[in-house]
Amino acid sequence: MAIDFGALGPEIALAVTALVVLAADLSLRGPAKQLVNPVAAAGTVVAIALTLRLWGDERSTFGGTFVIDSLALTFKLLFLGTLLAVLGISWRFFAEGRYFQGEYYFLIVTAFLGMVLMPSARDLLTLFVALETVSIPAFVMVGLRKRDLYSSEASLKFFLIGVLSVAIMLLGMSLVYGFTGTTSLTGIAEAIAATQTPGSETPLLLAAVLLIVVGFGFKVSAVPFHFWAPDTYAGAPMPVTAMLAVASKAAGFVGLTLVAFAAFAPLAGAWAPVLGVVALATMTVGNLGALQQRDVVRLLAYSSVAQAGYILLPFGVARGGTDALSLAVNQTAFRAVLLYLVAYAVMNIGAFAVVIGVARRSGLRATADYAGLGARSPLLGGAMTVFLLSLGGAPLTVGLWAKFAIVEALTVDVTAFGLVLAAGLVVNSVIAFFYYLRLIRGIWMEAPAEGAPVPQPGFNLSLVVVGLAALTVVLGVLPALVTDTTSVVTLALGR
Amino acid sequence: MDPNTAGWALVAALLLPVAGAVAMLLIPAEADRTIRRFAVVVTGVAFALVAALTAAFDYGRSGELQFVTDVPWIPAIDARFHLGIDGISLPLFFLSFLLPFLSAIYTTKHLPEPGKPKAFLGLMLLLQTGMAGTFVAFDLILFFIFFELVLVPMFFMIGMWGGPRRDYASVKFFLYTLFGSIFMLVSFLAVYFQSGLRSWDIVELSQAAGIGSVTFQTWAFLGMFLGFAIKVPMWPFHTWLPDAHTEAPTVGSVLLAGVLLKIGTYGFIRIALPILPDGALRFAPVLGVLAVIGIVYGSLCCLAQTDVKRLIAFSSVGHMGFVMLGIAAMNEAGIQAALFGNIAHGVITGMLFFLAGSLHERYHTRDIAVIGGGMLMKIPRYGVLLTYVAVASLGLPGLAGFWGEFGAMWAAISPGLGLSDTYGGLYLGLVVFAAIGTVLTAGYFLWMLQRVNLGRPSEKWAAAELDDVMRVEWVAWAPLLLLILALGVFPRLVFGVQDAAVTALLRSMGG
Repeated sequence: MAIDFGALGPEIALAVTALVVLAADLSLRGPAKQLVNPVAAAGTVVAIALTLRLWGDERSTFGGTFVIDSLALTFKLLFLGTLLAVLGISWRFFAEGRYFQGEYYFLIVTAFLGMVLMPSARDLLTLFVALETVSIPAFVMVGLRKRDLYSSEASLKFFLIGVLSVAIMLLGMSLVYGFTGTTSLTGIAEAIAATQTPGSETPLLLAAVLLIVVGFGFKVSAVPFHFWAPDTYAGAPMPVTAMLAVASKAAGFVGLTLVAFAAFAPLAGAWAPVLGVVALATMTVGNLGALQQRDVVRLLAYSSVAQAGYILLPFGVARGGTDALSLAVNQTAFRAVLLYLVAYAVMNIGAFAVVIGVARRSGLRATADYAGLGARSPLLGGAMTVFLLSLGGAPLTVGLWAKFAIVEALTVDVTAFGLVLAAGLVVNSVIAFFYYLRLIRGIWMEAPAEGAPVPQPGFNLSLVVVGLAALTVVLGVLPALVTDTTSVVTLALGR
Repeated sequence: MDPNTAGWALVAALLLPVAGAVAMLLIPAEADRTIRRFAVVVTGVAFALVAALTAAFDYGRSGELQFVTDVPWIPAIDARFHLGIDGISLPLFFLSFLLPFLSAIYTTKHLPEPGKPKAFLGLMLLLQTGMAGTFVAFDLILFFIFFELVLVPMFFMIGMWGGPRRDYASVKFFLYTLFGSIFMLVSFLAVYFQSGLRSWDIVELSQAAGIGSVTFQTWAFLGMFLGFAIKVPMWPFHTWLPDAHTEAPTVGSVLLAGVLLKIGTYGFIRIALPILPDGALRFAPVLGVLAVIGIVYGSLCCLAQTDVKRLIAFSSVGHMGFVMLGIAAMNEAGIQAALFGNIAHGVITGMLFFLAGSLHERYHTRDIAVIGGGMLMKIPRYGVLLTYVAVASLGLPGLAGFWGEFGAMWAAISPGLGLSDTYGGLYLGLVVFAAIGTVLTAGYFLWMLQRVNLGRPSEKWAAAELDDVMRVEWVAWAPLLLLILALGVFPRLVFGVQDAAVTALLRSMGG
């Protein structure tokens, strides 16, 4: 069996980068250690170039467990772009905090290697390996500030819950293998369609499917598997938090999309309502939790729990049938998830970048510290306003189109459950705007505290912030720039 | 300008304020006077362009779209950048360029704490594009964007330059409107998928008679109703309005009353009625009842107010009730009266808020008891203007306020589209209560005038130096004062423009 190394280009580039970073860290001393950041960035650019070279291809290798198609490539680009942004906001953060920067860069590139692998996986085992490649470096990264009690607590919590969820997921996977005799996603779908009659599926199989879904629920911090998120986010070094809140979550959603729509599509009648209810609970709990927060990182953590709820909504209307309408519903749902993840990456990394910029040198991260930010630093204040408005879904920001896509997915075919989900989204958007607006109001309408320092974000961070804010607005005015790409991404998945 | 080909003129007029706001960023914040003059120039040029556009408008074909731009915008969801203007849009579009221009002139002299003219005027220009856009957008998505766009600048206007309770008022305004507008979006999407036309085009959807079943239309109408009724605002969704109005800076109140509220009624007439005629017909009696409750309730609340500005705010609830009553009548006279009432309310109440703002500038209070009468002696010109506009607002024949109120009641006596057969008695009752409302309206305005205008100035103010109407105020107010008279004497100025468009609208509804 010949291996298609060309198709593996991006993964190979990232793996090599990770090793080079590790070696460079060993050979560099003192301030020169900072140079591992540009090395990692250069490797990322190479990986992006290799991804773009594959654009438009349909290839597969390793016996169909690794696939290159429009879906895989779009997500790879999303992850690699996120990696670049995260590297941009990590610059100097670890040097100034006297953390283990070499190890950090090695770990983060490794975690992204897992993410890049995820959308290409078409097999439960590959998927599992990719997921663990994301998780294990993350466990370590959260605990990088090992002398900080909160960081250690965050790491331990994250690790314990993470391992538990993995165990549950593996149990589910082994049961599914027992039922279907295959680990290939399409093979599972075929076996289920051949052996199960809709409406009277084997209960144990349904239980197995739910176990797998629960495993991903942890990854995307869905209620009731969300409670690790605020503590972990607050305790981890901030660039790691940004990575966890955006990239790691997006990877979880990719995995969930693959198993849900590729392997378990015929059983959608069973898992869709569950995910719909989970989505409602997730966004409500996230938003209500965020209302209480006085720490910006925790606020964003709860907000990102709520955002995960929004992204889960389209799963709630997925259909098991193979008629044209069901396929259209699933396709629209999938595209809504994809578009939301793109928008979410742009606006949420931007928000975390601003938080890092404000906290740099001063360590300020309470919502009260944002009073008068607009006067002290118009750049950070203005950018934060754009990101918060976008997270809320205000017009002229990409966040509006993300929400729009979700509502679109819920109303392709008007059903009672779809309308309930849409109503839940409406109510939650209003709650969410309440705390976003409160922060915005503080930034512009309150006087800064006596002696509040002027934030010094530094050049790299400012560049990332400005770039992401501009992207948020440009995509808000001309969403066609991204929808033209996402609309060609199909959910064919080898079916 | 040829109305058939000059679509660029409309786009230019719409984008000019935003371009001006961006250009204003380049002026240093210290150049206070330059910034204020620049805003006058930008809004003035935009207004001149719209005036030219109004002159070039082909009034013989006011039922058709003119100055059309229609290009693909987001192909993936079939959204188009479709702008155009017809007889229904034109008066409102005109108003949304006139009022910001006058507001900019007013701001050269008056700007509440904490100053910052650059931010204030920049937000006003952004607001202008948003509100003007809603009246010329003929794509539901584009309409929604403009509809939402007005929220952010208005939130900042109230939140930064507002009164003591600005925090509460600004957030309430934002969240309340947002709540309704997302339900509206859900309805838009449902209509889009149900129609099967793969189009968001308002004209196309209006012509596709009977989208979905009556049940579907009722539910979809409910969603749009929530969006528009909150914006109008109709009783019982009005509670954000008194707070927002009372706390907003003068210019914010003027634009809120003058243009923003009209977006709601315009949305009913332009979108909800023609696209969902069956749903609208089922909802019409509900609209009528809520409208009349609004009229009576608004008037009663006015009688209880001690703050002049809050009184004017509550009077808006009543006046918009008349507009909604006209819509609920579902006939040509009713829609005509509603649209006329829209314009008249915009001009009159906009002017009243200017006056309330200037009152505050002079007395540093708006409390009727503290002012305590005697304004006609102390500042006679101002007192006369207040009397003139208040009398216009209570619907005196010969001034602008009359035609909308009278027309709405007249139309509701014999509602259209078969409503008179089933709900004839109900509508008759509504008209009776609305008429009681007009009496109450006259009552609270005259009572207010008696308390602030008549009598002798109290000791507190007798010796105080108070300016009478200033030159900048004359300049900013004269157009509105003249319009109040002109619309009262020649209602055809608006009726004539709308006539063909309203006829076409009702024909598409099967009336």
